[in-house]
Amino acid sequence: MKTDLWSLYALMLKSRLFEEAIAKLWHDGLISGEMHLGTGEEAIIAGVVTQLRDGDAMALDHRGTAALLMRGVEPVLILRELLGYPDGLCGGMGGHLHLFSKEHLAASSGIVGAEGPTAAGFALSAQYSNPGAIAVAFFGEGAMNQGMLTESLNLASVWNLPVLFVCKDDGWSITTKSESMTGGNLNERARGLGVPAVEVDGCDVSEVWEAAHSAIERARSGKGPTFLHARCVHLEGHFLGFQLIRLTRNPLKEMPEIAIPLTYSFLQPGGAAFRERMAGLKTVLSSVLSTLRDPRRDSTNDPLRRARKNLLSDPERLQELENQIEQEINQVLASSLAEAPS
Amino acid sequence: MRTLFFTQAVDDALAQAMANDPRIILLGEDVPLLRRNLLVRFGPERVRGTPISESAFLGAGVAAAMAGLRPVVEMYMVDFLGVCMDALLNHAAKVEAFSGGKWTAPVVVRAPCGGGYGDGGQHEQSLWGWLAHIPGLTVVVPSTPADAGGLMTAALQHDGPVIFLEHKLLSETWLEFLGSGGRRTVRYDIPAEGAKGAVPKNWEPLPIGKAILRRTGNDVTIVSVGVGVHRALEAAQVLEAEGISAGVLDLRTVSPPDITAVRETVAQTGRLLVVDEDYQGFGLSGELSAVVSEAGISCKYARVCTQTTIPYARHLEDRILPNKERICAAVRQLMQ
Repeated sequence: MKTDLWSLYALMLKSRLFEEAIAKLWHDGLISGEMHLGTGEEAIIAGVVTQLRDGDAMALDHRGTAALLMRGVEPVLILRELLGYPDGLCGGMGGHLHLFSKEHLAASSGIVGAEGPTAAGFALSAQYSNPGAIAVAFFGEGAMNQGMLTESLNLASVWNLPVLFVCKDDGWSITTKSESMTGGNLNERARGLGVPAVEVDGCDVSEVWEAAHSAIERARSGKGPTFLHARCVHLEGHFLGFQLIRLTRNPLKEMPEIAIPLTYSFLQPGGAAFRERMAGLKTVLSSVLSTLRDPRRDSTNDPLRRARKNLLSDPERLQELENQIEQEINQVLASSLAEAPS
Repeated sequence: MRTLFFTQAVDDALAQAMANDPRIILLGEDVPLLRRNLLVRFGPERVRGTPISESAFLGAGVAAAMAGLRPVVEMYMVDFLGVCMDALLNHAAKVEAFSGGKWTAPVVVRAPCGGGYGDGGQHEQSLWGWLAHIPGLTVVVPSTPADAGGLMTAALQHDGPVIFLEHKLLSETWLEFLGSGGRRTVRYDIPAEGAKGAVPKNWEPLPIGKAILRRTGNDVTIVSVGVGVHRALEAAQVLEAEGISAGVLDLRTVSPPDITAVRETVAQTGRLLVVDEDYQGFGLSGELSAVVSEAGISCKYARVCTQTTIPYARHLEDRILPNKERICAAVRQLMQ
């Protein structure tokens, strides 16, 4: 089998436009609570999910929309769920953080790292009653510091479970740089537990697809789990409306709210010596600066642009495809917003 | 007197205590960002970020407390205690008993709780009843900025583990961080008196386990904590127009509850309504009924609580969480 870049690009674009529509609805106040988009990780999701078949399961994190969409869940159902409608995917009960599709064996969780045990359990069921089926866990590198995920890697290793552990590494643990919170090397961690680790460029959908293909075939044939480590950039940071990202986009408006109390507190008598205070200030500033320097502005980190470049050789087909997907998403949006329940 | 927002008040009390007591340290996920104002005053040795490793850092906080520090361990949400409950259930709560009373773990666990902003049932729970169920844990749930600062001050001086729950609907910081995210397009039913209020210039500890009567009333006693107190006060106003006099007792501490205050007020009115945003079964509402019964006080009793998993959809959520309408209906029923 070979990768079909056209269909992968089509799925990624569909997901991107879908999530951009979600962002708009969120900003308009039609979607409540937190909103974690998967924009920027589409290549990882597409490269893995397109290889799943009936009986395969997915354990998703708080960023599961793209995976559900690409797995074939009806987008209108997802969107109506996010809008809190009774005919949404989960009857308006789950919402963005807690999306479930029993039909697709797909379960989300907002508890970081919970994807590990869930995937292990899905895989145990597959191994026992449906050999050849597999389970995928999608999680971030921040979750690698959560005990239950490490325990699950070990469990999958000793029970030889058909799991693909997909680590979507964007370098941020919520709003903290992961390198400052993570000891050692993640691939070595997995290997230390007896799980083979494969490193891929998560912005390159073909590379992800090929690595996932080998790992999934391996799992299907009873050879056990694989740890797939894919780096990516979240174009919207941890979640929509994150203050530091707002700060980089609209510094004049956001800066005073942060800077005034910070300065006031820095100058308060009582507390640490000047040197310690400076060290504290440096920590805050470096967090702001690393958000500013964040690679999300660099287009080479956008998996869609990367894939699109390889399709420019046939501009007519590309244009036609893009128009068609845009229309499709517009229709989804229109149907989702139609007939709001009273 | 000054006026502060709820979380501002907690941080202000924390700052005052940290300036006076070098044993106090803060740790938790994203704490350098969330408590950046404390970080630049007290330095990175005392204000520490952690990996997403709740079992490790909460467990470490408990033991650091046993070894002489006064750690404040922040959980992103009380719901996430599910990941690391062992540190509280089997360790922090047990040290004093297991050591024959010779050793304690004076750790403060600070966690946002509660719903009303549409984050769904894994991110909006209250869970104070679940925590209060365990002997050895003190659980406080303030409902105003002044109480929040006073109870944080008390928690930091307390000799055992204290869970300090900060309702997100009262917290300007959490509601911005998790709810609005800079949006002006969303509105929440925020109790004004609880979100912002007068606080003392210098913080004094509020006694743990001491309730306060927010409103006197002869016909019925409504007992609650957190946002429920404000919902009860709203309802009491509506009921007054109907000729029903409802008193509102704010427990402030779930465990140990102020049994004396509950018994005294209920003995006067002969009617008890518990308003509890936490789950109905096996929790605070049933406990208060027992407390009154055990004293031989006969009263009419009802409760307005959360009975199911909290729905994501805002309109469903508003119906499930205790609200003014449900409280009024329950009181009218008690009056019949």
